[in-house]
Amino acid sequence: MNGAEFLIGSADMMNSSPLPVYDDRAVNFIADISSRLMNLPESRAYPDIAALGFWCRKASIERLKAGCPERAFRLGRGVCFHVAPGNIPVNFAFSYLFGVLAGCVNVVRVSGRDFPQTGIILEVIRETLKAHAEIESRSVFVRYPADNGITAEFCRHSDARMIWGGDETVAKIRALPAMPRCVDVCFSDRRSLCVMNGNAVLEADDMRLMRLAEGFYNDTYLMDQNACSSPLVVLWLDDSNVAREKFWGAVRSVAEKRYRLQAAICTEKYLHACSDAITLPVRNVLRENNVLYRLELEAIPEDIDSLRGRGGYFYELAIGSLEEMCSIITRKCQTVTYFGIKAEAVRDVVIRRRLMGVDRVVPVGRAMDINIIWDGFDIVRTLSRIITAE
Amino acid sequence: MTLDEILDIPPYSLRKDDKEKLLLARLNELTELHRENCPEYARVYGAMGFTERAGSVEEIPFLHTAMFKEFDMMSVNPSEVVKTLTSSGTSGQKPSKIYLDRATAQAQQKALARIMSDFIGSKRIPMIILDCPSTLKDRKKFSARGAGILGFSVFGSKRIYAFDDDMKLDVDSLREFLGKISKNTLAGGGADLLLFGFTFMIWEYFCKAAEKSGLDLSNGILIHGGGWKKLANEAVSPEEFRRRLHDVCGISRVHDYYGMAEQTGCVYMQCEYGHFHASTFSDVIMRRPGDFSVCRFGERGIIQTVSVIPQSYPGHSLLTEDEGEILGEDDCPCGRAGKYFKVYGRLKGAEVRGCSDTYERS
Repeated sequence: MNGAEFLIGSADMMNSSPLPVYDDRAVNFIADISSRLMNLPESRAYPDIAALGFWCRKASIERLKAGCPERAFRLGRGVCFHVAPGNIPVNFAFSYLFGVLAGCVNVVRVSGRDFPQTGIILEVIRETLKAHAEIESRSVFVRYPADNGITAEFCRHSDARMIWGGDETVAKIRALPAMPRCVDVCFSDRRSLCVMNGNAVLEADDMRLMRLAEGFYNDTYLMDQNACSSPLVVLWLDDSNVAREKFWGAVRSVAEKRYRLQAAICTEKYLHACSDAITLPVRNVLRENNVLYRLELEAIPEDIDSLRGRGGYFYELAIGSLEEMCSIITRKCQTVTYFGIKAEAVRDVVIRRRLMGVDRVVPVGRAMDINIIWDGFDIVRTLSRIITAE
Repeated sequence: MTLDEILDIPPYSLRKDDKEKLLLARLNELTELHRENCPEYARVYGAMGFTERAGSVEEIPFLHTAMFKEFDMMSVNPSEVVKTLTSSGTSGQKPSKIYLDRATAQAQQKALARIMSDFIGSKRIPMIILDCPSTLKDRKKFSARGAGILGFSVFGSKRIYAFDDDMKLDVDSLREFLGKISKNTLAGGGADLLLFGFTFMIWEYFCKAAEKSGLDLSNGILIHGGGWKKLANEAVSPEEFRRRLHDVCGISRVHDYYGMAEQTGCVYMQCEYGHFHASTFSDVIMRRPGDFSVCRFGERGIIQTVSVIPQSYPGHSLLTEDEGEILGEDDCPCGRAGKYFKVYGRLKGAEVRGCSDTYERS
């Protein structure tokens, strides 16, 4: 591990023994992190830090704990190596805290990119660990420039790996040997979509419409549509032009107020729309200004997974029934957000039609809410082992 | 008016209203022509809801310049294509492919000649190309650099490349070349010697090599183009560029031009006051990023360029990725009519947030 900068902890901590899942020491530590984060003045400036602090409140962790009745018979798998993504600043912290709840000895590689959030959160973790010796001896944060040699070294000691960052990273890390029983939780490239009920949009009063538009904004624009869970395609049930205009009009006015539209994104979206007009079954490109582009499709494109969009660029298509959703769901599909539809109805279609995609169905506005069940994995259970006795 | 007739108009003679009338008719005609003959253009036209008959030049629909990187777009039968221009493209990107038929290629050449004559006179004069001969190797497939050299070469009565193919300055040949000029033509007033090259090549190779050569080019006029991106990276300002050139070879008449492979011929020459000028054959419009509405004069925006020339490919109205600002119209102290403007260079690349494939490459 020569060349790795140890931000917190040291290499010899990798010999520590695991803890039981939802151990009180872990729960208290995380609750402590929460109150420190929530009291931080910076929380006001960084909504992602505030969201992290909110997620790890004592009450919410206790609820997760209650959801794991067999916790007394579960132990962390051992060393968990986290390869955090380079572009979502707070993700490394979530990954780490999941590992803490699972009872693992956590080695987190933080991104080399300089996000202010990284430093702020690391400082909170460092300070909090001082009062939690049992967690402190199981927490290692490292940073190093791209170097497969160092990564290989960490992998060799790994009993579990949390691999964020997409297909390429997953392939690269998995090619490196780990402990024979190592479990990998891989977060590959995923896409997401949204199902809207046109009638429900028509019925929505101003308040509800506003919340819907803000929710959609948070799911998409907030991360420039680059998060795997950001919907790119909107499917319309009970479709009508009036409903579409009402919904998108509300989204546009939120985006006009809140989104920082960069000039390079404006020309990029224009180019993208012109290209799509040639290569895809596009009926209309609708844009009143450059904040929002809507590409009305008249049929399902052949390679639905190749669709891209960022900075306020969406595809939309009418479907006659929920079942029709199946034809655009591939194994790359992660999240379905919905409005005016029952979540169970969507899940039911996925199960009944035995689809390879869709791991989560959440209301519009919750696409980004990360939790211990993510991408179809029950992370705390996956990072721990169950000890049976008969 | 036919294209040929348009190109007969003196390049900086039309004032606002006359120019608007002329451009509008021609550009509407081109939109229609491309819509009928270029299937890709027709698809974009339909999906984007392009204006059928624009009521003003500002309403003429535009494509993004990079469309020519992604698609092979032409409005003529492939058998009529006599030349394919390729843009240099920034490293790692696909080059633009511009398909020219005979008429479009000739019009490009004519437009360039008309524009240039306003700066160097209509008489051909000895020319030094500040580049190496190998740039022109494959005549069927031009790079932007090659096309530029070829396009400007017609203004030279005799030509010499300043560099050999190893980019070594050929001082002896240049001295001999200059010696002959002074005997023959140096008596007259106008420009006696034309120098042409690409901004970056000039800075990187010529300035360094010329310093020790003792060449005197004070009677020359230098035309250069190709953009400032690489020089800006080295923090070289246009002022420093000019100063250095003057120091190394005594040249003081230096004109930059703004132009692109996608609208070859219609270059925007820099006048004696340092302003870029739109000729009669083309125009610039600055657009606001937020909604592409038209900027006021003096307001910085994204540069759109229109040109009367592109017939064989749908490039008569293009949105670039450059930023600029209109300084005025019909009232530049140099006396040329038309809009004059300033170029700020490439738009700053977008910074985006997100999580897919963002792990640093190892």
